[in-house]
Amino acid sequence: MKRLKPKFWNYRDVAAGDRGHPFNFRRMWKLTISLTAGVALIPLISLAIVDYQVTQRSIESENLLRTARLVSNIGRSISFFFTQRRAALDFVVKEYAFKTLNEPGTLEDVLQNLKISFGGITDIGLIDPMGNQRNYVGPHKLLGKNYSEQDWFKEVCKRGVYISDVFLGFRQLPHIVIAIKRTLPNGFFYVLRTTLDTAMLDDLLSGLELAGKGDIFMINREGTLQTPSLYHGKVLDKISLSVPKYAPKTRVFEGKNLDNAPIIIGYRYISETPFILVVVKHKRELMRSWNETRMELLLFLTASIILIVGVVIGVSTYLINKIYWADQARIATLHQVEYSNKMASVGRLAAGVAHEINNPLAIINEKAGLLKDLITFKKEYKGNEKLLGLADSILSSVKRASTITKRLLSFSRHSEIRIQNIALKEVIEEVLSFFEKEAEYRSISISLEAAENIPAIESDRGKLQEIFLNLFNNACSAMEDGGHLDIRIKRKDVNDVLVTVADDGCGIPKEDLERIFEPFFSTRTKMGGTGLGLSLTANFVRELGGKISVESEPGKGTTFTVTLPVKMERKEETTHANSADRR
Amino acid sequence: MRILLIDDEAELVSTLAERLSIRGIDADWVCSGKDALKKIEGASYDIAVVDIKMPKIGGIQLKRMMAEKNPGMKFIFMTGHGSEADFRAGSEEAGADYYLVKPVDIEELMTKMKEVLEK
Repeated sequence: MKRLKPKFWNYRDVAAGDRGHPFNFRRMWKLTISLTAGVALIPLISLAIVDYQVTQRSIESENLLRTARLVSNIGRSISFFFTQRRAALDFVVKEYAFKTLNEPGTLEDVLQNLKISFGGITDIGLIDPMGNQRNYVGPHKLLGKNYSEQDWFKEVCKRGVYISDVFLGFRQLPHIVIAIKRTLPNGFFYVLRTTLDTAMLDDLLSGLELAGKGDIFMINREGTLQTPSLYHGKVLDKISLSVPKYAPKTRVFEGKNLDNAPIIIGYRYISETPFILVVVKHKRELMRSWNETRMELLLFLTASIILIVGVVIGVSTYLINKIYWADQARIATLHQVEYSNKMASVGRLAAGVAHEINNPLAIINEKAGLLKDLITFKKEYKGNEKLLGLADSILSSVKRASTITKRLLSFSRHSEIRIQNIALKEVIEEVLSFFEKEAEYRSISISLEAAENIPAIESDRGKLQEIFLNLFNNACSAMEDGGHLDIRIKRKDVNDVLVTVADDGCGIPKEDLERIFEPFFSTRTKMGGTGLGLSLTANFVRELGGKISVESEPGKGTTFTVTLPVKMERKEETTHANSADRR
Repeated sequence: MRILLIDDEAELVSTLAERLSIRGIDADWVCSGKDALKKIEGASYDIAVVDIKMPKIGGIQLKRMMAEKNPGMKFIFMTGHGSEADFRAGSEEAGADYYLVKPVDIEELMTKMKEVLEK
């Protein structure tokens, strides 16, 4: 997780002060991501949701419509089935007079013809107004049976036609009775009654293959099954569903079955019969193919969203990182310019001071020299050892002061790279001389060891001085009194020389270690550190074609390793060398 | 040998002259380029010890002017400014026979003057 965190995440510009930094990278990152992701995802998701709902609704209504069409078609067929048979009986009853029908043979012919034309008719009987079966053709012995007290007879007398529910007769086979009454102008009437085998009706329904575990069957108005069903019971069972209320046309509605599963129910009251045609479909089954498609769509949508979010985050992070690095480079340049300006000012000041001191120093030197000369050469002053000693001590003090001014001057002069052959050890000794007094006061022991095979390297004296000055300064401030500063010069390989500066000071915490070369990163800001030292040191090392690295263990000490090339690339050397002499 | 010392600091240059005379060397001194040019009209000098940084006529310019008038003259430069390495490069470029960084060591000056004359 930590590795994934972009570099700018925890960035705080320590140098920005009250004005704040022009770029808040984290906010910029969040804003870019939320804007691009929002613009890309909101239309996508809303489109998906709308499309999803529209499609689902249309599929649902399509299902209802299809069910309605089915119910209505089958309903018509069933109506036709009954109408046909009724019409046939109607024809018979109108065509043949009671007398004719009562004659032996006529009814047999009629039954025969009906069987051939329609099928499913098992018997036929002629009943007089008193309810007596006057003639009968069929498998049972029903001749002479009186029906006057039966409901169906009363019904047919009243309404002229009767179609019964399905019932099991003597043969234990489900069948339906159709009876038709004919009233003659003189008020006499007779009834023709036939029995219909329901097998034909069953075939009509069972031949249908319905989608979605569909079931098609007929019930009567009490909810008793009139034809076999696939899932709702056998003939004459009560169905578990409630009987749908009367409607003149086909109706479709959604409901729940006993298992609480959603179902679609389509029904039609078959006119002039006690039957209701019912189609029951399982909604889940019907929606299955849609669900599969929906799953694919959802997967596609999820993949798209993941891809978009991934790309958005990736691109944003990449771009903000670019800006971050560009900004870092800009800040580094600014700081470097600031620093070089500062160093140039300090240099000018030091040079001025050194020069101004150098002149009176030269006079003191000459005067003391003259004094010594007089004591040495002139007879009248000769041999005064005390005076000679005093003159000598003045001269040696002058020498000390002049080394300091010379050093100051040589430090102040280098602002541009000027490549010379340099003995690294000398430069380091020179820089160390600045620390002699401090080391003495704080009893810090400094050791410098150089390997035998160190060649003179091509480099810039001034930059080297600054590099080591900074490193030694850091080491000294990290150490307690009585610490040890070890400097080693080694040959790394043919091309490189290695200088290690090791102290046994407080060390650098791991989390700071990678940031110490960043400009203005300082743990000593409150104590007057600028946080520039190491960043510039690293810059100088880079300018000289070298590398710097650091190892540290908190509490044990820090080791800086500077690698310097023996040979410099000499592209800018001439211009720099010349300009450095123009004073 | 006759020496002309030129430096804008009279205190310094006069003392230096006195120290040289104690050592038996005949040294005159002046405090500006203008005086130096006047001085070489009347007398001839073997060596001029010139401070590089002087008001009006600087050491390098003065060297050129004096060398024109007196071609055989040798020049030793002095400076209080800058490090030895820089000064060395600058002096050689200006055609000095030798260079010294202030404060001047009298013994070194003596030796170098002899060497320069023998060249």
